Amino acid sequence: MRFVGYLAMGVAAALAAGQAGAGTLDDVKKRGSLLCGVTTGLAGFAAPNDKGEWAGFDVDVCRAVAAAVFGDATKVKYVPTTAVSRFPALQSGEVDLLSRNTTWTYDRDVKLGFDFVGVSFYDGQGFMVKKGLNVKSALQLNGATVCVQTGTSTELNLADYFRANKMSYKPVIYEKADEIRVAYDQGRCDVYTTDRSGLAAQRTQMSKPDDHVVLPEVISKEPLGPLVRHGDNQWGDVVRWAFNAMIIAEEKGITAANVDQVKASSQDPEVRRLLGVEGDFGTRLSLENDWPYKVIKQVGNIGESYERHIGPKTPIGLDRGVNNLWSSGGLVYSPPYR
Amino acid sequence: MAVRGIEARGGRRNGLAFLYDARVRAICYQVLTVLLFLLAVGYLAHNTLQNLATRGIASGFKFLYQPTGFGLAMSLLPYDELSSYGRSYLVGVLNTLLVASLGVVLATLLGFLVGIARLSNNWLLSRLAGMYVELVRNVPLLLQILLLYFGVLQTLPSLRESLSIGGVVFLNIRGVFAPAPILQSGFAAIPIAFAVAVAASFWIWRWARRRQRETGQPFQTGWAAAALLLGLPAVAALLTGMPVSFEYPVLQGFNFQGGFVIIPEFVALLAALVLYTAAFIGEVVRAGILAVSHGQTEAARSLGLGDGQTLRLVVIPQALRVIVPPLTSQYLNLTKNSSLAAAVGFPDVVQIFSGTVLNQTGQAIECVAMVMLVYFTISLSISFFMNWYNRRIALVER
Repeated sequence: MRFVGYLAMGVAAALAAGQAGAGTLDDVKKRGSLLCGVTTGLAGFAAPNDKGEWAGFDVDVCRAVAAAVFGDATKVKYVPTTAVSRFPALQSGEVDLLSRNTTWTYDRDVKLGFDFVGVSFYDGQGFMVKKGLNVKSALQLNGATVCVQTGTSTELNLADYFRANKMSYKPVIYEKADEIRVAYDQGRCDVYTTDRSGLAAQRTQMSKPDDHVVLPEVISKEPLGPLVRHGDNQWGDVVRWAFNAMIIAEEKGITAANVDQVKASSQDPEVRRLLGVEGDFGTRLSLENDWPYKVIKQVGNIGESYERHIGPKTPIGLDRGVNNLWSSGGLVYSPPYR
Repeated sequence: MAVRGIEARGGRRNGLAFLYDARVRAICYQVLTVLLFLLAVGYLAHNTLQNLATRGIASGFKFLYQPTGFGLAMSLLPYDELSSYGRSYLVGVLNTLLVASLGVVLATLLGFLVGIARLSNNWLLSRLAGMYVELVRNVPLLLQILLLYFGVLQTLPSLRESLSIGGVVFLNIRGVFAPAPILQSGFAAIPIAFAVAVAASFWIWRWARRRQRETGQPFQTGWAAAALLLGLPAVAALLTGMPVSFEYPVLQGFNFQGGFVIIPEFVALLAALVLYTAAFIGEVVRAGILAVSHGQTEAARSLGLGDGQTLRLVVIPQALRVIVPPLTSQYLNLTKNSSLAAAVGFPDVVQIFSGTVLNQTGQAIECVAMVMLVYFTISLSISFFMNWYNRRIALVER
């Protein structure tokens, strides 16, 4: 099956005569829907909910872009991609953007022909083991069998970490996160390694979540964020600012619930520009002047999205930590809307 | 000839008359087709390269010399994270070849047994073989691999509750751990003895055949060969004082250390491929045997040949002519189906190269082309060999 995909991609690359780098925004508008690449299912980040609709923190970025382009957050076609199929899918134009816990690395930015437009979640790679093994630190893992997903940066960090600490390991490599979870749960490997957010999400799906513990070591920086094809700067700007609008909204205390009231009463110039009350900032992106208003109204600000899908009150239960706003001691920061 | 002569003369009178020559026209069409084809290929290649360049995607094969940075679950070559992408390719190719070659041999053996069993006069045996064929060949292979892996092998006991056979072989969810033989000096005598036994058996077989042809006296070649093949190496081993020691697997820390391990991903893939393909081969064999007319069997019986001899000397040699061509297809299928390895995480060439490596380097076209080349080469080799074999056993008609 995958071969067919690649073949199609090869043919597409061969036939698309010089269309690269021109007009993803126009294509999306013409098509009437956004093609958004997401995971094949990771609780809290992107997974179908009980109504069969895709929902999650990563999915909200897709919805924000759709709200900005169409004024309607539901005009998204979700394309589930595996760690392996995600990059060819974006390169070939099968999706308009990827929003699926993908780490921003030098190689992907430079060599694969992508542009990362921002960081939606600051993560780091960790290890999960069964409590029964009595392991307290990742440095005790010498000789362990490790389950890892193929085609990920975690696969490489894992090798680096064990080599740097002069330890050996046996990798068991699967393509889908679900397969890893089942194999780890059944005992095929001692350790499950991926981003700590992913471990938290997967732990909730284990047969006995309390039997597993995430070790304290964070062995890598994993800035996860949405990405687009390199070379189409207009489209890159649309995705970047649709996402930034969610951050600015939280900075300014605007939520989905109070956005109408703020729009009517606010005297803050940046808020007035953002919500399309003043100036023509919105139209400079070839979008409706009040597109950020629609994003906030339909998707909410970044904090709301976090709390709704992966925050401490959800089963995933991730503290906001470094993913808080810069003004609250975190790393989340947007350039100003001016 | 006469017609062409007239046309040729006409050609001299009229400069365009050669266009009406059927041969010239045919050649023109062929040249035109080739030119168009080359143009199309050139256009596609040029466009691909240009699009790759405008999108800033790297191309070329230089990446093969870069270190991979990832580990592999199973490798027949020395391999670690510092090995190059090129080496990971070789590891993948060897793993694919291992599964495919073992699969072909085992599926052939099982397939012949099933095919013969299905024709057996024993009611129970033939029905069992029939059930097996219908059950296995009507369920998609991928499902069977997943069932064997997640449903059977992943329900084996955990590491600490390993099933143990005599305290030396251990079976658990992580595979089979067995003692690994360590060869010591003087070991070379044993393979040499074995080679001598093979040569001697071959000589005996030829001698016995000639004697039977000349005098009619049969000779128990099989027993003599078996005695030689087992006996000579055993004698060599005793004379050199058993130059093999074993390294036993020991549960230490997280895993069994030392010894020899067969990972469950390999077992699941191989078993599923063998079971699936054997069902098809069984049918091919049955068809082949049924294609030999019953008169042949009756003739053999009336000459006094037993059941086994009839099958071995009369039926199967004729059935092979029908069996070999479709058997080749089954071998090709098995080889190509081994690419389903990715489903259970067995590191074959597809999983390593069009999975991990493609993803790390982003060079989809190069990676997929290299993987296609592997299957292309293996398939053509199998088909070449089987065609040669088919010609050899074909009926020679005068």
